[in-house]
Amino acid sequence: MITELGHFALILSFMVAIVQMVVPLVGAHKRWPGWMALADPAATVQFILTAFSFGALTWAFVTSDFSLKLVVENSHSAKPMLYKITGTWGNHEGSMLLWVLIVTLFGAMASWFGGGLPPTLKARVLGVQAAIAVAFFAFILFTSNPFLRLAVPPFDGQDLNPLLQDPGLAFHPPFLYLGYVGLSMAFSFAVAALIEGRVDAAWGRWVRPWTLAAWIFLTIGISLGSWWAYYELGWGGFWFWDPVENASFMPWLLATALLHSAIVVEKRESLKSWTILLAILAFGFSLIGTFIVRSGLLTSVHAFANDPERGAFILMILVIFTGGALTLFAMRAGALEAKGVFGIVSRESALVANNVVLAVACFVVFIGTMWPMVAEMFFDRKLSVGPPFFNLAFTPFMVLLGIILPVGAMLPWKRGRLARAMRPLRGAFILALALATLVWAMQTGRSALGPVGVFLGCWMVFGALVDLWSRTGRKGDRLGRLGRLPRADWGKAFAHAGLGVTMFAIAGLTAWEEEDIRVATIGQPFKVGAFTLTLQDVVQDTGPNYLSTTGIVSLQRNDRVIAELQPEKRQYPVARMPTTEAAIDYRFLRDVYVVLGDPQEGEGWIMRTYIKPFANWIWGGCLLMALGGALSLSDRRFRVAAGARRIAANEVPAE
Amino acid sequence: MMLRLVVVLLFCASAVFAVRPDEVLDDPALEARARELSKELRCLVCRNESIDESNADLARDLRLLLRERLVAGDSDEAAIAFIVDRYGEYVLLRPTTGGSNWLLWAAGPMMLLLAGGIGLRYLRKRADATNPQEDSLTEEEQERLRRILDE
Repeated sequence: MITELGHFALILSFMVAIVQMVVPLVGAHKRWPGWMALADPAATVQFILTAFSFGALTWAFVTSDFSLKLVVENSHSAKPMLYKITGTWGNHEGSMLLWVLIVTLFGAMASWFGGGLPPTLKARVLGVQAAIAVAFFAFILFTSNPFLRLAVPPFDGQDLNPLLQDPGLAFHPPFLYLGYVGLSMAFSFAVAALIEGRVDAAWGRWVRPWTLAAWIFLTIGISLGSWWAYYELGWGGFWFWDPVENASFMPWLLATALLHSAIVVEKRESLKSWTILLAILAFGFSLIGTFIVRSGLLTSVHAFANDPERGAFILMILVIFTGGALTLFAMRAGALEAKGVFGIVSRESALVANNVVLAVACFVVFIGTMWPMVAEMFFDRKLSVGPPFFNLAFTPFMVLLGIILPVGAMLPWKRGRLARAMRPLRGAFILALALATLVWAMQTGRSALGPVGVFLGCWMVFGALVDLWSRTGRKGDRLGRLGRLPRADWGKAFAHAGLGVTMFAIAGLTAWEEEDIRVATIGQPFKVGAFTLTLQDVVQDTGPNYLSTTGIVSLQRNDRVIAELQPEKRQYPVARMPTTEAAIDYRFLRDVYVVLGDPQEGEGWIMRTYIKPFANWIWGGCLLMALGGALSLSDRRFRVAAGARRIAANEVPAE
Repeated sequence: MMLRLVVVLLFCASAVFAVRPDEVLDDPALEARARELSKELRCLVCRNESIDESNADLARDLRLLLRERLVAGDSDEAAIAFIVDRYGEYVLLRPTTGGSNWLLWAAGPMMLLLAGGIGLRYLRKRADATNPQEDSLTEEEQERLRRILDE
């Protein structure tokens, strides 16, 4: 019964979305307040209905209702409760429902918190947002309905893919979708502004919190996925330049660029048409990402949804929305004239440089991802573009970005002098260079990657600190002022330092990792780097829905046992899939990463040991970036501005 | 999404390890070269995974073949060429620069020049713009401004 209600609510929500797509847009065009105002209740109702529908699907998973086809295919009664719940979005249909739920959530939030927006702009934003929802409701209802019943329910389900039964991956999709879909808000604002024919500082200020929120979620989502790959896949890789990963990385790069260019719109009323274009492209790339994952175009084999019909549908959505928005952009961009005047050396220019580097970096990822297809279609060559290409072609842009970032962040608005902006950074530069040289001297015969990473990381972290300190003025109570700085300043420092930490960690891990592969005999100690490992025992065990083989490994350093590690191999009988569970001794400066393999003839097991320096720092840096975003989002400015707008909207003079 | 990895493991799940102890060459220098080279070669039955990471049997065969060539005294290039001859350029994770592929490699730098050029032109224009149009208010706003000033 609940399932049918959920299905019904979904259809109803589809209807509401259609109304919300048409009525407010017409109302905004004709200036009919009643029609425009309809967008608000519609957005709320749409969200409640979709949430109910999603709740009904979750309920079916929680109660293991095996009359539902989707539940049978993706769940099992013996599965732990957490994964029954997360199994709701661990499949194509459910994840699309989550996707559209978030579209409606953002629409509803724009309605709830958009009190200060001019009525026509708000109506248009909600109308465009509803149009996106309509497309995805139709996609779900016509091609991927999660509420289909089975005539003869089986006794038990086929279990969720065991790799997805993991806390890191369980929450990876929701964050990623919050990010992807959050960009739909920026898209809606951009299209609404184009229809309106007007982009000003206020627009920049409204669109920024949404972009920032989307960016934070995207950052968390990507780093969760990468962290999961690190500990789950059994060789400690954290980024593979896979098409599906690139699909999430490209919107992140563009969202980062958008975040920065929106600042220029807000502060200086320049870069307007570029910002609009970025907002369209960022969401466009989110759609491309969805298309890549769901269509199976770039992936000959795929576990998720490899269905030409679905692929064609999403391609249609992609073409209509991106194409339509770009056409609108081509028609209207001329009307958006820049106002601010600034010199070649200025914060504005630095942000333009930031945008150039990020956009080109995104382009490199894009062309590398699409090239195998292009080469096959046009040049009749079947080739691969893998990590070696991306590492070579993409890294220079990040190095460039890292070098200019601290300087650009300190340049004044309008007109600056390079020498003057550099002066306070001298100390940071020299210190970073000295540390890099020290590292260079200490390591022998290895790549330049380590020292470069040290330099970039230190340069960016110290640069962020110098920037923060320079905001406290020249004399007097500088520490006190530091505490009272706007949160946006702190957010900027955290985010920039976080990027530095991540860059350093990636370079450090890649340059200084140690690896050992061997057949380990039980009770026989062996040395890896500064550590001594002993495989003490191997035991068989049973989990809730799997069988496991666990090795007991003692980890010693200087003849002292510092940890006992239990690497595992699991066999999931229902899904008929093995997984490896690496045992990791997490420490601040390094991880020791142990994996147990197959037994060998005679006495012994294959064992793989890695020492991974600074591994945690990769995600620590991402966390810092997300934290910086959150600090910036909580800045007083956005809240104060919200109040001021409300007064303006009521036509009461502000004095 | 990390779903490719799901697929990878579906395909390559038979064994748990990529490089196995019995494959490792006795000469550490030669082994190091073999490892570096295997990072550049694709496992043909996996998705976008190098033979160094892959657990598939085919990847193991390729690793052994590569080591055979190195032990036989091939240079890095010769060993790679040997494998490309047999499996096609599809095995190369780093595409060659030959033929139409120059476009792939040049795309980034070219785009940087283009985007940098456009950016610089824009900046020049903003620097030369002398007449800041701060007064370009809409009629509505001018009306409001007039009212405020009248009060």
